[in-house]
Amino acid sequence: MSRMTTEQAIHQALAEEMQRDERVLLVGEGVATKRGDLVRNFGTARVRNTPLAEAIIAGTAVGAAASGLRPVIDLLFAPFLTYAMDALVNSAGKLRYLSGGQFEFPLVAMSMTGSGWCVGAQHNHNLEAMFAHAPGLKVVMPSTVADFKGLLKAAIRDDNPVLFFTDLALLHQEGEVPDVADHLVPLGQAAVRRVGADVTLVSYAKTVGVCLQAAEQLQAQGIAAEVIDLRTLKPLDEATVLRSLRKTGRLVAVTEASGLCGMAAELAALAVTRAFDALRAPVVRLTGPDAPGASSWVLEQAALPTAEAVVEAVQGMLGDAVVVREALATT
Amino acid sequence: MSAVGMTDALRRLEVMLLIRAYEEKLVEFQRGGAPGTCTSVGQEACAVGVVGALESRDRILTNHRSAGHLIARGADPGRLMAEVLGRVDGYCGGRSGSLHISAKELGVVLTSTIVGGELSMAPGVALAQKMGQGEPGGITAVFFGDGAACEGIFHEALNLAVQWQLPLLFVCENNDWQAFVHRRETMPDNAIADWAAGHGLPVVTVDGNDVEAVHAAAREAVAAIRADGRPHFLELVTYRLRGHFEPDDQAYVDADELARWQARDPLQGIADRLLAQGTLDAAGLAQLRDRVAARIEAAAHFAQASAWPDPRTLTHHVYVEQGARP
Repeated sequence: MSRMTTEQAIHQALAEEMQRDERVLLVGEGVATKRGDLVRNFGTARVRNTPLAEAIIAGTAVGAAASGLRPVIDLLFAPFLTYAMDALVNSAGKLRYLSGGQFEFPLVAMSMTGSGWCVGAQHNHNLEAMFAHAPGLKVVMPSTVADFKGLLKAAIRDDNPVLFFTDLALLHQEGEVPDVADHLVPLGQAAVRRVGADVTLVSYAKTVGVCLQAAEQLQAQGIAAEVIDLRTLKPLDEATVLRSLRKTGRLVAVTEASGLCGMAAELAALAVTRAFDALRAPVVRLTGPDAPGASSWVLEQAALPTAEAVVEAVQGMLGDAVVVREALATT
Repeated sequence: MSAVGMTDALRRLEVMLLIRAYEEKLVEFQRGGAPGTCTSVGQEACAVGVVGALESRDRILTNHRSAGHLIARGADPGRLMAEVLGRVDGYCGGRSGSLHISAKELGVVLTSTIVGGELSMAPGVALAQKMGQGEPGGITAVFFGDGAACEGIFHEALNLAVQWQLPLLFVCENNDWQAFVHRRETMPDNAIADWAAGHGLPVVTVDGNDVEAVHAAAREAVAAIRADGRPHFLELVTYRLRGHFEPDDQAYVDADELARWQARDPLQGIADRLLAQGTLDAAGLAQLRDRVAARIEAAAHFAQASAWPDPRTLTHHVYVEQGARP
């Protein structure tokens, strides 16, 4: 194992994949400026600074991907993706289908989002569900340092367009990364971060940490929470979520993104349509508000689901069951 | 007249006749209940002149008004019609319809009906060629209209192509119409060439209804791109003789303007010239028309006999099924 930050893990993934496959190129605003070692190792043709023009960065990636290259584009902050929507949604997501399968679009669009930097709503907006709703695209949003590396490498090798979101608050976190030659994490596989039989907490990105804190607090009360980190939002690992729900019968879906038509709503729908018979309590969604991200630290933090809110939700779901256990514990 | 004994000019005329007859058949189909199309009637010289200057190693991106580009590139009218009708024998298995037909086997890659979408992807196709994908020395030609020149992506694409020195031929078919709005309402006169020139690449404006003039300018531009590896820009001044999308009564079109352009029909122009030169006589022209009509009839029969797609394939081709490769 090697200890490193998310930022370093992303850089390692890029360097390794560029070394492995000469069709991989890195394109974006400042990629050549900030990643000098990649320029030295792979040349200016494969590490390209661009004009500040997200639409043409993304469009160029789509054209290049259809023509045999495997571009990775850095669009910096997720709200800038709205300028790139035509290329990503209308071209990359649809033209394979509309062409009857003639073309492949192996590209990765990286961007950052999430509270923690006090940058406000035009740099912080969790748009992942919008892209999950668009056909033809895959969506990845890791939480651990090891996953940032392994999922980015897998995304670059995937033959489909992948949106790769980095939670800003996780950029400088440290974690262990396996020292194997090729640390790959397959897209579409959730991770069970903590095993428990009483309630299932499902999340991704920074709110996985919130769920783990909540699970710790719940354990002190004798409640065993299972914590699932989706890692990939599309394709969604329904099997892992359903398996857990069949065991616990209770679901709390936690996202930083707002609730309406979001991933938490999708998880709730999954629970009631596919595991209704196993449910022992109504599903709870804990999400950010339907409001743009504020810059003030206090307001930014107020928009985030907290461990306390998760604990409270679980206590509400368990209701009498908690009381019975507490009574048993004292006898 | 046998195809063997034909001059290049006669071949160009025959392809223009084929495009016109193909689109007139589509209009007939629409009147019979088939989906409507965006025809390129009146713009055949642009397609035939430019596509004829390209080689098989070159790549083409086009848009919703693509019939001319596809047929000039050698697309089978039967498979095109099958696509428009939504049948399995279409180039895209019926998933595209008329609006986004691509034919990888012909080098017609990435058609977008989002106005400007083709411009957003073209630099990437040319970049791949520059970086060694495909046959050496290939260039990319991207077709778009004056409407797309009003999109911001027009400037982003030109700027990037110049900065990165991409082997890319921009072909603007300035047909005066942006859906239902005349160009005079959307930009100053001659703005397109000026805008393009402002990005620092060579720009040539040509009569888009004169197939020989278009062809000569395209050959020159293509040769220059192959020699210097840099983008060039062609503005082809033409006119959309039919409406935006069938059916369209063109009630919003100035009758005098339409009549002036109908009198400059590009097919009539080249036919008159060849007749005057003695390259073609009336009987020869009739023979060409008959040959084209027979091809289109056969194509229509083929398309109408083609099966509908199996509804069970509805979600095929959304993703590359094998996922990540080892």
